Amino acid sequence: MSEKSEISVEAYRQRSRRSLLTGGAAALAGLFGWRWVQTQPETNNIPGVLRSGHEFNESVWSKLFREDHQARTFDRDAASILRLNGRLGLRSEIDLDNWQLTVKGPDGAELGRHVLDDIKRLPYHEMTIEHKCIEGWAQITNWGGARFSDFMALYENQLPDNISDVYLETPDGRYYVSVDIQTMRHKQTLLAYDNLGEPIDELHGAPLRLATPLKYGIKQLKRIGEIQFLTEPGGDYWGERGYDWYAGL
Amino acid sequence: MHWINFPLIVIMVWSGLRIYWAEDVYAFGILDWEWFKFFPESFYESLDLNRRLARGLAFHFNFAWLFTINGLAFVIYTWRTGEWRELAPNRRSLRGSLDVLLHDLRIRKEEPPKRGRYNEAQRLTYSLVILLGALAILSGFAIFKPTQVFPLTWILGGYTSARIIHFTVTIAFMLFFVVHVLQVARAGWRNFTSMVTGYELVDIEPPESAETTASTEETADV
Repeated sequence: MSEKSEISVEAYRQRSRRSLLTGGAAALAGLFGWRWVQTQPETNNIPGVLRSGHEFNESVWSKLFREDHQARTFDRDAASILRLNGRLGLRSEIDLDNWQLTVKGPDGAELGRHVLDDIKRLPYHEMTIEHKCIEGWAQITNWGGARFSDFMALYENQLPDNISDVYLETPDGRYYVSVDIQTMRHKQTLLAYDNLGEPIDELHGAPLRLATPLKYGIKQLKRIGEIQFLTEPGGDYWGERGYDWYAGL
Repeated sequence: MHWINFPLIVIMVWSGLRIYWAEDVYAFGILDWEWFKFFPESFYESLDLNRRLARGLAFHFNFAWLFTINGLAFVIYTWRTGEWRELAPNRRSLRGSLDVLLHDLRIRKEEPPKRGRYNEAQRLTYSLVILLGALAILSGFAIFKPTQVFPLTWILGGYTSARIIHFTVTIAFMLFFVVHVLQVARAGWRNFTSMVTGYELVDIEPPESAETTASTEETADV
């Protein structure tokens, strides 16, 4: 049987008192800690300490990130067109025939411009992956296009070695994201122009969008107008509104 | 660690529900028949759970570490002190738990025996809750980083399945909590203070003389 120790009523009362005091003090400390978290000055719309927590998570998971860790892929038959979840940056008219992609360096200087055929000349890759929304839903879809790493290779000799992030924005500048370079260089990160074998439709990001199963949908910018290579994280629409900058999967 | 766990679980469930609000699709039913959908809108509104996804995520992904660390500390402590022996169920526990259940529901009169500190139903339930906590953490990581910890996500049947497991675990936690609190309330104040102090006040037979009580004070018998 288990060990049992007995103590006198007097010792018990002393113990209770001590427990009550430490318990009470701990509960108070907990309450104050809780209040402290809630009333911290906010960094991009969440209490600063929670933002630091996101950054801690980022430092852990970006170190655990492995290029050969690929997101699961599926049979093409399982894929369908994604549900529409937001038209930020897509509200203005777009003239697909005259669309151009602008590329900038860290200092903001323009490095080049592209039409869609430039992207189509890069090696074609297709993937059927599970798209994940930060709201919680997931759906299998299929993307076709060029690897971002192949696109970036066009600029390799014009860029400094310390590129850490890539900033993308819609032509109207209303929606923008910043994605770490590890993810951008990953094999499954595409500049996509096909969706289930057809050109991507307007509300899913025509003519060119970012597609990667390594980030939530909030990072997969539709209708790319500008790409800028950066040496530190850039602006991020949802990051500035309380979400995690990293948002990696 | 039990008492640190309580506010942590509350925070995890609260922030988790703020996340769940953004895509509250789970319902209880079989095939096409839906019995009920989890949580009416009024539930979210009354607890300020709606339209708080970003904050929900921020709290959830930060406090998850504390929950994990506390859980590990609890397991290590229980193992090192040998207290797991008080908790571990055995072959008789299932049968014994049924006896306890029948007794507690007032269907059967005779009180089933305790084995050490806990009765069989407690052993089974408390052990299951620890496993549940582990499952909550594992399925949580499987959802959090499905590509980086892909073997884990795979074991749990994929992303969607891991998410359902994570949600179910939460519901199970809430059910456990309700029964746990009811049982503690039923067991009375002295039992409750014993959860805090580690000692339970017991009335013993009136002592024959003052000497005998004094002599039992410091003894520890096996």
